Amino acid sequence: MDDIFGIPAPLLFGQLLLGLINGAFYAMLSLGLAVIFGLLNIVNMAHGAQFMMGAFAAWMLLAWFGIGYWWALLLAPIIIAITGIILERLLISRLYKLDHLYGLLLTFGLALIIEGVFRNEFGSSGLPYRIPDALSGAWDLGFMFMPVYRGWVVIAALVLCLATWLIIEKTRLGAYLRAATENAALVQAFGVNVPRMVTLTYGFGVALAAVGGVLAAPIYSVNPQMGSNLIIVVFATVVIGGMGSILGAILTGFTLGVVEGLTKVFWPEASATVIFVIMAIVLLARPAGLFGRA
Amino acid sequence: MTMIERRSLLAGAAAAPVLAGWTRRRAKAQAANTIRVALLCDFSGTYRDVTGPTELACIRQAAAEFNATGMNVEVVFADNQNRPDVGSNVTRTWIDRDGVDAVVDGGASSVALAVNDIVREKNKVFLNTSSATSDLTGRACSPNTVHWTYDTWMLARSTGGATVKAGGDAWFFITADYAFGHALERDTANFVKAQGGRVLGQVRTPFPGTTDFSSFLVQAVAARPKVIGLANAGSDTVNCIKQASEFGLGRRGIRLASLLMFLPDVHAIGLSTAQGLICTETFYWDLNDRTRAFKAKMRPQVSVPLCMNHAGGYAAVLHYLKAAADMGVAAAKASGAETVARMKAMPCDDDCFGPGRIREDGRKLHPAYLFQVKSPEESRGEWDYYKLLQTTPGEDAFRPMSEGGCAFVRS
Repeated sequence: MDDIFGIPAPLLFGQLLLGLINGAFYAMLSLGLAVIFGLLNIVNMAHGAQFMMGAFAAWMLLAWFGIGYWWALLLAPIIIAITGIILERLLISRLYKLDHLYGLLLTFGLALIIEGVFRNEFGSSGLPYRIPDALSGAWDLGFMFMPVYRGWVVIAALVLCLATWLIIEKTRLGAYLRAATENAALVQAFGVNVPRMVTLTYGFGVALAAVGGVLAAPIYSVNPQMGSNLIIVVFATVVIGGMGSILGAILTGFTLGVVEGLTKVFWPEASATVIFVIMAIVLLARPAGLFGRA
Repeated sequence: MTMIERRSLLAGAAAAPVLAGWTRRRAKAQAANTIRVALLCDFSGTYRDVTGPTELACIRQAAAEFNATGMNVEVVFADNQNRPDVGSNVTRTWIDRDGVDAVVDGGASSVALAVNDIVREKNKVFLNTSSATSDLTGRACSPNTVHWTYDTWMLARSTGGATVKAGGDAWFFITADYAFGHALERDTANFVKAQGGRVLGQVRTPFPGTTDFSSFLVQAVAARPKVIGLANAGSDTVNCIKQASEFGLGRRGIRLASLLMFLPDVHAIGLSTAQGLICTETFYWDLNDRTRAFKAKMRPQVSVPLCMNHAGGYAAVLHYLKAAADMGVAAAKASGAETVARMKAMPCDDDCFGPGRIREDGRKLHPAYLFQVKSPEESRGEWDYYKLLQTTPGEDAFRPMSEGGCAFVRS
């Protein structure tokens, strides 16, 4: 068996693959954050809580209404997006003219409240959510056992990321959105309803978080902390990629997943820290992030 | 403002200090007859359900049973956030400012070890009911501490011993990277080796903050063990078990040893995934009539399944209050070490753990039960998750005092 840096090659390939899977979650979540920050200038600290709500929505749909995984994948993001839209209309929209910090504090407070409510209602140890039958089982890749479900997560995440990037960069709607961030008044003068577009964008970003939550539900324990565990890493991803850069968020998400996966092999104790070390280095060398415009 | 209003206001202002002095005197007289019990554990993180509000309800139950006898028991609580610095600060404030007499639980082992030192320094009482590290009755033992519910040595012997006996003699550990995980791994590895088994390796996972264990599971599988020992707890264990099932470990003949698993964890994993796992607890609600009565009493007040930590909070506080009543509240408040000595001198008996005793080094002795998780078909009702496989009597379940290395016992 060939060794690479003292680690058997098959094990290393396995870890790369697993890193890519975690990277899919980072990419999907940081994408939502980047969309919201890029177009609304809001640092959405509630993103982790909305990811968690997505997972809980899937659980509730199944436990209370008998609605399975595939419908949940469609319905949960819609439900959570609606709650996001309500939040945006009632609270967040009042902060657009103020400093970023106010939006950050508001959404952080909202995240704490949402998590507290779920913790009180459902406890902290989590709820069971089974992998759908069609995606259960595993492929034997020779060098490792690859659960079908994880493969599905990577594919789903890639498709979502690509679609979002295409919509924002290549369609007329995306062009409106980008124009509105540059000069909202001018775009409004052309007859585009900018406030409604901004609201829907926030809803879309939140929906992305919720899809991530539904995808995560069968793998992780569905519990109120599941979002806050991820959100810090995801923020680091956005900062490394460059605040507001869609492509940056996607690429950085996948890359960091892989880096973290490799750290888990070579120095497991440091795997929770490595992303922040990278963030510090990137901020020193390129304060605007890898893909950000200074 | 009219004259009358101003006058009555002035009169009120003059009366205020008098009133305050009166209530303060009354409070002082009452304080002398009041035992203050403070619960320190996780109220917001991964260990919330296995301690937290449910344990608080159990402690309040114990206090209520004593308040009925005329003694005044107050219960306060705080979240330790699983951080030793937070736990230490809260404990100091409680003792220095709030007149707390006994700190209950402590929570995560790292926090408990810090609290242990403070309580000893201040000569109060530490009733530890959910921390795992066996060091609390070993190198960190204290005459002010009772370690009630379980410890890593007991888990290693019961779950670890049974697993080795069933043929699982080649181990790999997935260990939470802090005091508790290290102690549990150490104690289990010693057992495995003593019984002729081998330890092939271990991986230390950051705590808290690890949610994806797949990478660690794949590393474990690469070492080709027969058993993967989970030296972690709470949602770490839940995530490990869920993900191990996803990666088909069972189908490849690798067994999981959930070295520390509680009933709420089983509830969270779901029986279809958890079935067949073995684990050790010192309390289960369906053991006998007394435990069932305890469940019936507590059921209206709790929302998560009762586990040994919750029962430990109830039983430890109950026994502490019995000792305090026996020696008089004033004497109990004066010296924590004396109170713990009295607790050790009195035989224990409660609905949750049955008869038992507290050993000289602070170790509470009661039977340890090895359980297997039922399949969904076998489960007949609410919280009906365990089959009893084996009972280890209290005197054999825990580490012999001579092996612990507790300093004040030897002297």
